Amino acid sequence: MWDYTDKVKEYFLNPRNAGELKEANAVGEVGSMACGDAMKLMLKVNDEGVIEDARFLTFGCASAIASASALTELIKGKTVEEAEKITNQDIAKYLGGLPKEKMHCSVLGRQAMEAALADYKGEKVQEKEGTIVCECFGVTDLEIERAVRENNLKTVEEVTDYTKAGGGCESCHETIREIIARVQGEGAVTQRPKLSNIKKIKLIEETIEREIRPSLQQDGGDVDLVDVIGNRVLVATRGACALCHASEITLKSLVEAKLHEFVSPDLVVEEVKE
Amino acid sequence: MKTIYMDNNATTRVAPEVLEAMMPYFGEFYGNPSSAHTFGGQVGHKIREAREKVAAFLGAHPDEIIFTSCGSESDNTAILSALQTQEGKRHIVTSRVEHPAIKVLCSHLAKRGVRVTEIPVDREGRLDMERYEESLTEDTAIVSLMWANNETGVLFPVEEAARMAKERGILFHTDAVQAAGKIPIDLDRSAIDMLSISGHKLHAPKGVGILYVRKGTPYAPFLIGGHQEHGRRGGTENTASIIGLGRACELAKDHMAKENTRVRALRDRLEQEILTRVPRTRVNGAGAERLPNTSNISFEFVEGEAILLLMDEFGICASSGSACTSGSLQPSHVLRAMGVPFTMAHGSIRFSLSIYNTEDEVNFVVEKVPAIIEKLRSLSPFRKTEEVACAREV
Repeated sequence: MWDYTDKVKEYFLNPRNAGELKEANAVGEVGSMACGDAMKLMLKVNDEGVIEDARFLTFGCASAIASASALTELIKGKTVEEAEKITNQDIAKYLGGLPKEKMHCSVLGRQAMEAALADYKGEKVQEKEGTIVCECFGVTDLEIERAVRENNLKTVEEVTDYTKAGGGCESCHETIREIIARVQGEGAVTQRPKLSNIKKIKLIEETIEREIRPSLQQDGGDVDLVDVIGNRVLVATRGACALCHASEITLKSLVEAKLHEFVSPDLVVEEVKE
Repeated sequence: MKTIYMDNNATTRVAPEVLEAMMPYFGEFYGNPSSAHTFGGQVGHKIREAREKVAAFLGAHPDEIIFTSCGSESDNTAILSALQTQEGKRHIVTSRVEHPAIKVLCSHLAKRGVRVTEIPVDREGRLDMERYEESLTEDTAIVSLMWANNETGVLFPVEEAARMAKERGILFHTDAVQAAGKIPIDLDRSAIDMLSISGHKLHAPKGVGILYVRKGTPYAPFLIGGHQEHGRRGGTENTASIIGLGRACELAKDHMAKENTRVRALRDRLEQEILTRVPRTRVNGAGAERLPNTSNISFEFVEGEAILLLMDEFGICASSGSACTSGSLQPSHVLRAMGVPFTMAHGSIRFSLSIYNTEDEVNFVVEKVPAIIEKLRSLSPFRKTEEVACAREV
């Protein structure tokens, strides 16, 4: 059984804003019955561009119904510009979180909203942009790229949880892996410019101070940076850490992991006895 | 809130008589049945009795019964044994609608070079016997076909299929987990070589299963270790559960009559009432021979998980073949193999009854279900248009 939050259950059992909206002037329809979920979002936008009313119809599981209902609550009273900024994460957050396998329900909500706002602006409901990657669920490369970028997805399973892509015959898994590598690669380039030695040492010091020391001190230990030679980071342990037979494991697992995450994946941590 | 349990193909209630038989072996009689002393030996004696009861229930000889930990272990043991004892043969014949214990094992073996043929079924879930016959080759090590389908209750003609395999010198295994206790099994008059049963599907506890292996069938153990089960399955016996399973098999003879009269009548009424009261509904596998306790009903325009959760609010327990229930994104492989349209497969609910269900419970369910479906249909965007969008069929 799914581990839904009380809010998801409440919005499923007593959905807000369900049903047709006769005076709607913006309608977005996404999904299909074949895919297992579909959503129709109807908005009434006034002359000032404020969403006065929102209603939904959903075919899908409890979390799809709750996501649609949450979305209508989120956008009612907002301007079109404000609504455009709402992400799938906002929908999930509003519900107190969704099981990871159900995140695609929040993505469906965002897609329905985008379709409705495009309809309001008189933009043609365009053909899906990009190339279909997942034939089973009709998901394009651009949709996958966007989900990877906005939710920092790292594995094929995560992409499936968020977009459904790859959840059928699995023949597109290799392509999805390539997309993840490409998008995550972009991130690495912008986040991690090549470090000069001085910058590197400074960054290591900061990381130790901010990310590593507090958790070691909690256990009565500490760590000092002794030297940095190329990619070798020499450290000395103090207090409980120095006495602990497991100190090498602590160092390897904690210090190195944090330095890899925040400084560079090439660093190797070594302990120096003083 | 009262629980109305109609999910008996998932698991069943332990019969009070079974629980009673088991209790002393959790407490006072904790001896190891293999021990040389009287204290352990008396437990060994009870296990021998249980084996005799199981054998009598199946029309088998006690030596042909191996106790395992579950249906999946029995299934795995049968297939792997057939491959290990016939190294020259590298082909398995099975069906497209098997339980994962067979299906996933076979796809695992396929990656290691074993050729697997999955026989298709028709729209009612019946096995394509022509394709089956064609698929049997000199290279076929084993045929494994389920006796009754866990999702639809549809029965395969396993006796006939077993005879066809035997004529060609091919081993035949059947996963009888859902069939046992609901339809008669008499292995003495059968061509079946191996048969798997799970305790908790017939009012015994979880964690115990049976593998029947006909005398003279080549066999290699799966769990290697102790001398237990005559070296055919290592590991100290799950004594209390085995004794419970023996008692459950004794009771099953009596239960079976009820299953085929009273339970069948309850199931038929549940089905008819729902079909009458809820439009755009169908029973999957209705045209085939089925178990007396199972009804797999599809409700168009709504999704199964949502139905289950609303039924749960009334204490009604059932299960669904929808994608959302399983955690995968595709609806049930069984319904897809039968060519049930996606529009129907996503909204499928399986009710599976037992001898413990009552007339009142059926009345309650048929009263609640129409309102639940109506509520979800009122939320569904497909309802008004009545269009059957993208009814892709597999």
